[in-house]
Amino acid sequence: MKRLELLAGAALAVVLGGCGASPSPEQYGANPELPAQQRGLLPDMVIAKPAAWGDRLPTVPAGYSIKAIATGLGIPRQTLVLPNGDILVAEGRGGNAAKLKPKDVIAGYIKAKGTSPVKGGNRLTLLRDADGDGNYELKTVFAKDLNAPYGLALIGDTLYVADQDALLKFHYSVGQTQADGPPVKVTDLPSAINHHWTKALAASADGRFLYVGIGSNSNITERGMTAEVDRARIWQIDPQTGMHRAYATGLRNPTALAIQPGTGTLWAVVNERDELGPNLVPDYLTSVREGGFYGWPWSYWGQHVDPRVRPQNPAMVATAIAPDYSLGSHVAALGVAFSSPAMGAQFADGVFVGEHGSWNRPDPVGYEVVFVPFRDGKPTGKPMDFVTGFRGEDGLTRGRPVGVTVDPRGALIVADDLSNTIWRVTPNTPVVTEPAPAGSSGAAPATSSGN
Amino acid sequence: MAVIMERTRNLFHPLHAALVAGALALFLGALLSDVTYFRSYAIQWNNFSSWLLAGGLVIAGFALLAAIVRLFRTRWRARSSLYALLLLAAWVLGFIDALVHARDAFATMPTSLVLSVIVVVLAGAALVVALVGGRTGGVA
Repeated sequence: MKRLELLAGAALAVVLGGCGASPSPEQYGANPELPAQQRGLLPDMVIAKPAAWGDRLPTVPAGYSIKAIATGLGIPRQTLVLPNGDILVAEGRGGNAAKLKPKDVIAGYIKAKGTSPVKGGNRLTLLRDADGDGNYELKTVFAKDLNAPYGLALIGDTLYVADQDALLKFHYSVGQTQADGPPVKVTDLPSAINHHWTKALAASADGRFLYVGIGSNSNITERGMTAEVDRARIWQIDPQTGMHRAYATGLRNPTALAIQPGTGTLWAVVNERDELGPNLVPDYLTSVREGGFYGWPWSYWGQHVDPRVRPQNPAMVATAIAPDYSLGSHVAALGVAFSSPAMGAQFADGVFVGEHGSWNRPDPVGYEVVFVPFRDGKPTGKPMDFVTGFRGEDGLTRGRPVGVTVDPRGALIVADDLSNTIWRVTPNTPVVTEPAPAGSSGAAPATSSGN
Repeated sequence: MAVIMERTRNLFHPLHAALVAGALALFLGALLSDVTYFRSYAIQWNNFSSWLLAGGLVIAGFALLAAIVRLFRTRWRARSSLYALLLLAAWVLGFIDALVHARDAFATMPTSLVLSVIVVVLAGAALVVALVGGRTGGVA
């Protein structure tokens, strides 16, 4: 028996040898440092240890305040600010991926420890602050019996909701607190397996098209290439007909989409592949080129080949384009929203990014909302902390940010799917802004969850 | 029955023999699945291999316990030790092989294939040592 223990101990030492802490390189911006690929016998895993907020609050920059405007939700993911200032919250938990390997059983159990045990709401909740005092006194169910709703967008008087398996629409008139009836299906969305189930949604500036982000069905093709048909891409959908086409491909998991004010360009945050080391592969923020191929699964950050994918595809790798801006590896960006001058001068030009936080890394990263400054319409410089303190110095995690939305009246709305809270961050001194020039076209104004 | 028990007192309990042979069959299945995945890239063979290996480890684990118990109850100490050691080596390498199989897609290759070969050889050798010892009453 001694011998057995000794050998088991030796085996364990070999196993753990793969998990050394490693310094994180500067991995922000257009040209991130990409170290060599590595993978020990066990993947590096540090899972969030959930704890209650108690009297604590997330940390915001000086001159800003944060407040919980809704609690007790059922896994809030994305939010949408409606024209009258009401906030819609999409709540749910999706995915129905079968466990194919012993690893799936074990890893699923471990990762679930870092998330909320609450059941997904499968509904839209409406929050209203009727008197504008910052207290959202009304919290009511706008629509229920949905299937893991995530992306939200409003075009004129039509509210679009991306369930994990279909794009739906509701008629919406300003002031409404409850949907008129069940939704009408615009089109089915790819949902077999649904390893990455979230369906991000954004409406084009002119309201002519909807964009839906569809994640891959695996980390890196371990469910086979047949599972990846119509996955890892962004669809452009005509809401009138439900017709779709692939707008861009090779985006592993586009978890949030946003339209850039002024240019109308589609931007996305994308979560990249795991198990190549703590500093690979960077999650990114990018403008999405029509017809562009961004590498997944055959390559990452342009043309860095991933040897785990067989057969390889050098022809596709040759066409892969590198994204615009690295957010850092494993930060798990799940929300993106363009800012406005109403957020204060320092945070006026750029995007807010909600980072759910890492699991595949010895030193946890993410677990915060960052601000990526823009100049001349492009991201530049380092991300700045905007909302932090979700993961405390004590190693406990009290919240995990998902969707972020800018309220044009000067507030950032942050959905937190661990503490099931909606946070609202406001500048202490309201910023007086020039009214935006009226739209040049007569098309219906469109807003969406990442906008 | 009494006669059989008399003849096999120092040999394998039939259940013990079934465990070792069963583990070997599963390890062999894992190896063949690895070979097929390596040649075809068809992912299902990688899944098969992972489960066959996991099953082999469970059964080999029981065989290993039986082998250790046997060490204290046999007159054929040297042969039983060799048997137990081979089985232990097969189990430890099989466990490492299982961790390698937990990697995604082709990241398992070629390490898992090499380890699966070694595990089959070790488990096969353990069975041979045990059975040869059994048939000749401990004299090879």
